[in-house]
Amino acid sequence: MIEVKNLTKCYGGRCAVDHLNFTLADGQIYGFLGPNGAGKSTTMNMITGYLAPTEGEVRINGINISDDPEKARRSIGYLPELPPLYKEMTVGEYLTFAAELKKIPAAERESQLRRAAALTHVEDVWPRLIKNLSKGYCQRVGLAQAILGFPPVLIFDEPTVGLDPKQIAEIRELIRTLSGQHTVILSSHILPEVQAVCDRLLIIHRGRLLADDTPAHLEASQGGQTLRFTVRGAAGTVQNILTATEGVTHYHLTQNGDLTEAQAEVEENSDPREAIFYALADARCPLLTMLRSENTLEQVFLKMTGDEKEEGAAR
Amino acid sequence: MKAIYRRELGSYFNSMTGYLFIAFLLVMNGIYFMVYNLVSGQPRYATTLSSVILIFLLAVPILTMRSMAEERHTRTDQLLLTSPVSIRSIVLGKFFAMATVYAVPVAVSCLCPLVIKLNGTAYLAGDYAAILAFFLLGCTYIAVGLFISSLTESQIIAAVGTFGVLLLLFLWDGLTGYLPTTAAGSLWGFLALLILVCAAVSAISNNWKVTCGVLAAGLLVIFGFYIKNADSFEGLLPKVLGKFSLNKVFTNFAEYQLFDWGGLILYLSLTALMLFLTEQVIERRRWN
Repeated sequence: MIEVKNLTKCYGGRCAVDHLNFTLADGQIYGFLGPNGAGKSTTMNMITGYLAPTEGEVRINGINISDDPEKARRSIGYLPELPPLYKEMTVGEYLTFAAELKKIPAAERESQLRRAAALTHVEDVWPRLIKNLSKGYCQRVGLAQAILGFPPVLIFDEPTVGLDPKQIAEIRELIRTLSGQHTVILSSHILPEVQAVCDRLLIIHRGRLLADDTPAHLEASQGGQTLRFTVRGAAGTVQNILTATEGVTHYHLTQNGDLTEAQAEVEENSDPREAIFYALADARCPLLTMLRSENTLEQVFLKMTGDEKEEGAAR
Repeated sequence: MKAIYRRELGSYFNSMTGYLFIAFLLVMNGIYFMVYNLVSGQPRYATTLSSVILIFLLAVPILTMRSMAEERHTRTDQLLLTSPVSIRSIVLGKFFAMATVYAVPVAVSCLCPLVIKLNGTAYLAGDYAAILAFFLLGCTYIAVGLFISSLTESQIIAAVGTFGVLLLLFLWDGLTGYLPTTAAGSLWGFLALLILVCAAVSAISNNWKVTCGVLAAGLLVIFGFYIKNADSFEGLLPKVLGKFSLNKVFTNFAEYQLFDWGGLILYLSLTALMLFLTEQVIERRRWN
């Protein structure tokens, strides 16, 4: 279990992470979601003890990472944003070094290395120098390093950046197979990615936690539908009709010649499409198109993070 | 520590750095040995070593510049600092790896007194004592280089900075001769030193209470002694700073055939101090 209390990191006067509070349960996959510079990497660097917090604390299975960093780090595998690879080493040498660093007993080392290599499919590049590997393989070697020893907590900072779709699918599959025995935290600014694999989402924006919920819940809570339609008729008429229609919460109209484009937010569990159709027909405004779309997580995310101007990226 | 030591040592010999360092020292050592001992007939190898020190000043930055700076530059420090190893063992692993690379040319140079013995009179005890002092002096230099490398991300800055500091240490004896010898001059000199120490303490502890404590204690001691006996401050500054001369210790071994225990302790304690400071710099960086 990971407990994060009042975690704050300030650089100069600016806080990259601003009083974060959350608790992560065992065996679940968590997604840190946020725009670039939201403080995701800084938070991960503090959870792994690479950076010390300005304020607040992180406990890994009850151990405070500031008090006993060596013990707390034993239960963490970390893949930073840039995989920490020594270019002049071969994949085999590097992973063996990582196994020694993680103090995996010599007797288990061989089998652990083989397992990690098999899961990340790096066996065939085992004898090659890391500097000669492609970006995708570098990422996989970084992943192999992180899962070596199979610590209970795995933290991946943007694990699929720069990979091709097939590799992304493979890494997703790997993360899925790791869940259950491992608590996995992965960060991303790509929504479908976290939606596909995560049990829970933590949306972070400008160093603050905006939401901590399951993807389904988030969609439902911020949910509803959007109707988009085009009408031949004056905007004023459409406005009167929409105001009178039950279930419509907001709307936005644009007049374009004799056409009016409308976008209406509709409450969940209500379907005013027929009412709108008959009302428009009575007003003799022909309905040309009408589209209904469910509010997706993407829209929820954009709504939550989009209202404020983005600031520069933090470390 | 063992894992880091092995990896570092391996990386020195996987890249050119280790070979370059060893080859450079051996070639220069060989040239001096030939000129001084073989051609001119000097019986003492220690004399040759005192000349090699200057060359060594050039070589040390090659060895130490990448030690910490490169880890930061390539972000591999994230691997080390998030692994279940202490910062101390990272620093020690790196230091011992560099000391091992350095031990190779020193070990080869152990043959030189034997070569002299084959051709006539040799002073084996004195020469081997000088080689030991040379090795420990080198370890001190390496620790200085490691410390400077931990301050920056740039290998160039680390190399130039290390060379500058080592050159300063090399010229130490000459420079202390230019310090003021009057009592008042010494007083000002000690105050300046105190401020430097306080700046270092403040940078490492980031705690103004500790810094003020050190400052107050230092002021108390300096002024206490000054008021009690101002005459004793005459020439005290160069005398005290002269004690930290690394070269004088080596000269004691090489020129005067003295086994300077105090000097060896100075080398070892300066090495330990530099390693401690390196550890503190890395630890401090987590908080920035």
